[in-house]
This record gives sequence, C-alpha cells and structure tokens, in this order.
Amino acid sequence: MLRYVIRRLLISIPIVILATFLCFALVTAMGDPLGDWKTAKPRTEAAVASEEAIVGYNQPFFTRYGHWAVNFIQGDWNRNVVPGDNNQAVKPQIMSALWVTAKLVLFAELLAFVVGMLIGVISAVRQYSMFDYTITGIAFALFSMPLFCIAIMIKSTAPPLNNWLQSIGFGRWITTSGPPIGGYTGGFWHQVYQFTGVYTLPVICLFSISFALYSRFQRGSMLDVLNSDYVRTAQAKGLKQSRVIFRHAFRNALIPVVTVASLNIGAVFTGAVITERVFGWQGMGTLIVKAVTNIEPWMVLGWLVVTAIFIILFNLIADILYAYLDPRIRLD
Amino acid sequence: MTNPTLEVAAEASGAAVTDTSASTFDTTKARRQSVVILRRFLRHRLAMASLIVFICLVLFAFIGGALWKYSYTFEDTSGGGRYLAPSGDHPFGTDALAADSMAQVLRGAQFSIIIAFVVAFLSTTIGVVLGALAGYFRGWVDSVLSRFTDLVLVIPALVLVGVLSRNSGSATSGGGSGNWQIIALFLGLTLWTSVYRVIRGMTLSLREKEFVEAARALGGGVGRLVFRHILPNTLDVIIVNATIAVSQAVLIEAALSFIGLGVHPPNTSLGLLINRNELEITLHPWLFWFPFVFIVAISLCANFIGDGLRDAFDPRQKRVRT
Repeated sequence: MLRYVIRRLLISIPIVILATFLCFALVTAMGDPLGDWKTAKPRTEAAVASEEAIVGYNQPFFTRYGHWAVNFIQGDWNRNVVPGDNNQAVKPQIMSALWVTAKLVLFAELLAFVVGMLIGVISAVRQYSMFDYTITGIAFALFSMPLFCIAIMIKSTAPPLNNWLQSIGFGRWITTSGPPIGGYTGGFWHQVYQFTGVYTLPVICLFSISFALYSRFQRGSMLDVLNSDYVRTAQAKGLKQSRVIFRHAFRNALIPVVTVASLNIGAVFTGAVITERVFGWQGMGTLIVKAVTNIEPWMVLGWLVVTAIFIILFNLIADILYAYLDPRIRLD
Repeated sequence: MTNPTLEVAAEASGAAVTDTSASTFDTTKARRQSVVILRRFLRHRLAMASLIVFICLVLFAFIGGALWKYSYTFEDTSGGGRYLAPSGDHPFGTDALAADSMAQVLRGAQFSIIIAFVVAFLSTTIGVVLGALAGYFRGWVDSVLSRFTDLVLVIPALVLVGVLSRNSGSATSGGGSGNWQIIALFLGLTLWTSVYRVIRGMTLSLREKEFVEAARALGGGVGRLVFRHILPNTLDVIIVNATIAVSQAVLIEAALSFIGLGVHPPNTSLGLLINRNELEITLHPWLFWFPFVFIVAISLCANFIGDGLRDAFDPRQKRVRT
C-alpha cells in the first residue's frame, strides 16, 4: 500500500509542473494586461516602458516563467500589476478567498455526501417505489437546471422568508451578501445565528447539484451490489435483511461513490464560482471573474495553479482511497 | 450509417442472434439493423416527445425570431412602456428598457442552439479522432494524449474557456470576447475529454477483435482499419455522447455568459439574458423565467433524446418491440 501511495505521489509531481506551465501559457494567451490602459489616453513611451517593467511583459516567455516559478515556490506570488488595481500582493488575496470558498464547499459537500448516500441506498433498496421515483425526478430536474438559475431562485426566497421570520419574532435571519466583513459579533449564540444565516442558502445551493450526483451514483452502485451473488448467498443463509444491506452490500457499494466524490472537485469549484457570483461572496469565484475581466496576469495564474493543485490532489486522494477500499487495484 | 457495418457491430457484441430470431416470428425477412434501431427509437415515447419539442423549439427560435415584429436589439423601444407584463402584444413582456422580451429570448435561444451544435460537433470530432489514435497506436501516442487529457481536466472548463477567450475579439467592457464563434470554438476545444476516454477504451478492445485482424490480414491500412472497421462499431456511443454534449454545452455556455466571461452584446445568449435580469425575479418574474424555461427545455430534450438513442442502439433492449 505504501509503495502504491509513493508511486502515485511521484507520478503527480510532473503533472503539477506541466500544469503550471499550461496555466502560464493560458495566462499569456489572455493578452496584454496594459491594453485598456494604453488605449485609455495617449501614453509616453517612457511611461509604457516603466509599466511594462512592472508587469514583467518586457521579458521573453520562458524567462518570465522561470522567474515566476522560482518566486512561486519561495512564496512570492507576485502582485496585481494593472494600473489602478492597487498593486496588492496576490498570495494573501488568494489565501483569504480560498478560506472563504473552502468553508462553503466543505459544509455543502459533507452534507451532500452523507444525505446523497443515505437517499441513494434507500432508493436502491426500495427500487421503483414512490420514494425512488420522487428522488429520481428531483435528481433529473437538478441535473438539467443550470446552477446559476437554481442559485437565483434560492436567493429570491430570502426576502419573503426574512419577512416571515421577522413576523414570528426570529429577526431577519438570512443574509445574502456573504460573511460580514468585520467578522461575527456579539455573544456565542448571536454569532451562531449570524453564521447560519449567512451560510444556509449558498450551502443549499451547492448541496443541490452534488446531492443529485451522489444519490444517483449510490443508487446505481447499490443496485449492482444487491443483484450480485454474494448478497443472494447472504440472504439465502438466513441473515436479517438489515444486516445484509448494511454489512454486506452497503460497504461495497460505497467504493465507487467515494471515488466519484473525490473526482467531483472540479465541478464543485465551478459550482462555487457561480454560487459566489450570485450571493456576492468574496471568494475564489469573485476573484477569478474580476482578475480575468481586468487581465490581471499573476492573479489569474495564482488562481489557476492553486485550483490545479487542488484538483490533482483530489484525483490522487481518489486513487489512493480506491486502492485502499478495493485491494484488487493495487495488486496489479 | 451504412448497413453492413452496423450488422458487424451487432455481431461483434454477440447480440444480432436474438434480434433476428425475434423478428423472424413477426416477419418473413430479416430487417436491416438501421431499420430496427430507427423503429426502437420511434417507439420510445419520451425520446420522440423530446425530439418533437426540440424541433418545435428550434423552429420557433429561428423562424419565429425572424418573423417577429419587434427587433431583438436592446435599443428597440417601440413596443411601449417598461416592464409590461406578458400580453398578446408582448407574449414574454418587456424589460427595463421597454424592449420586447420575446424577441430577445428567441435571439438568445438561436445563439445558444448554434453554439451547442458547434460545440457538440467539434468536441465529438476531436474526442473521437484523438481517442481512436490513442487506442489504435497505444504506446507513446496513447501516453502523450492521455497525459494531455489529464492536464485539460486539471482546470475547470468554465474558467478555462473564460481565460482562453479573453483575448479574442474586441476589447469590450468586461471579460471575455463578445464573439459567440470564439466561445463556441474554445468550448469545443475543451469539452472533448469524456468522448476521448470512451472511444480510446473501445478502440483498445476493438483492435484486438477478429474482424479487425482479418481486415489487417487482407492488407487494410491504418486509415481503413480505423475509419471503416473500428469507428463504425463505436457509432452508437459517439451519437449518444454528441447529444449529451449538446445539453452540456448549453448549460456551460449559459453559465459562462452569466458570470460575465462569455458572449457580450450585440451577441446575446440565454445566459446573458438571465445575467441582465437576475434581480428582476421577484418584481418582474417573466424576465427571468422565459430564458430559464428555454435553457432547461433545450438541455432536457437533448438529454432525453440521448437516452432514447442509447436504448435504441442497445441490442439487449427488449422493452420496445422491434
């Protein structure tokens, strides 16, 4: 097992390096960060030269990549360079945005995984029941609706919900503008109240797409397992149905779902980008949209590399989990 | 879709036997495989209903959009007041600038449909060709292509296309180019990975089959083996994947335009319309719901048609009488 993990780790190192290079090429393909600045009004050649030196675009492609890579490893992710973007350092911005997004994603994914698993098992055990059809219908509807529409709809329930909550003396609980900038205030329970008010709707939103995927997948893999011979054997030798389902079937049916959940990280990132855009959170989504709009090269690069590393990491986790749960994989 | 190749396909999966034996009870002569598949599809109620709805949608968007009395431009305010609720004169109401909403939605649907088809065509072609190459040549070709696929998947498609298309077209306000062609091109260049994986896997196994070996023994070259013998056997998977790609492309393009990295005016798309009218959902809901219904209808129809095709191609399918 250890050898397998080490081998997979070593394979992913060149992938990370190649990915950073790909990201760098992408960022260069975005165009000249000074394009808008140059055309806004006539600039002197000296001014253009000094701005280009700040951006770093006066050097050849590979030199720039080398500089960036060395600095990146040492923790210097460069700064905002487009005139008017305050010349802030990139790393702290990405880190704070990542923390905001990570919390949102973590809550939603945990909830989606647990609930999706349970619902999937129930619909497999009670296949073709009313419950199964309802869940299938909901999952299909969630699959075919664009996430941003779901998010807008969920967000639009906030004002009436708040009015109702206020009328029963609970106050205007739901907030749709992201976590408070100065942090949560007041006593412990007041902080909990604020926190849940901020997170509930976006979490529901992200939860809904992942939930549809996990519950469908769990249902499929559970059905596969329930129809296999060893489950029939377990039933035939007279075990209780609950024991067959949870001890024999469920544990094996979990394997593909765990992998799907780890591989789903890319879709979750996309979902977070859209959810944050709708709910106005200052997370990774808002950051990348702004950075691409302004052609902020180092910010986009930092974002892409961080995301790529996360996705590679989760693919790695999926592989290792799969090998751990299913010994046949690592024996090849 | 030539007849003999499909028969080979059915024989390869060892299922033509059941089909012909079943049909000898009904008829005196065996039916062609393509006819069997077509019949199965025609009897698939949900898929047929979706196909009809889809055709109606396309006709409505293109012919209706061309004939409709109001122009789709935001500047056309000849229709009367702002925020008019849906009525006979404005079936989808009017927006904040007093422009007719139906004209815009139909225009947006046109763009979304065209983009979806371009993307489905591009991504399927790229995925099939690369997949067949990797599966046929194996070795270093396969390694290089597969690693490259892994790399493409490392960045979320939404952001990848947003970044790629930033530079193209005019430097309009906001990110992304206004150009729908550019968006379609880059979406097609990004979304081929799932088709690639499926086709690569199928080619890997098909190239070892006896009929491919026989064709090779008869002196068939690479092109002939791949395009005449191997790929026709993956036709069902290709078609089903292409319909799924249509649905995927509609959703991703809408999301891209929604976050502001996709198409820009004067081009429009359903996602862009929702972006413009995001905050109207409570006060002037028609501005949100009509584009929304169009997006969902296109994507659902494409999905259901894909499902029906998959069932129709499946030789083990017994639910629909042939």
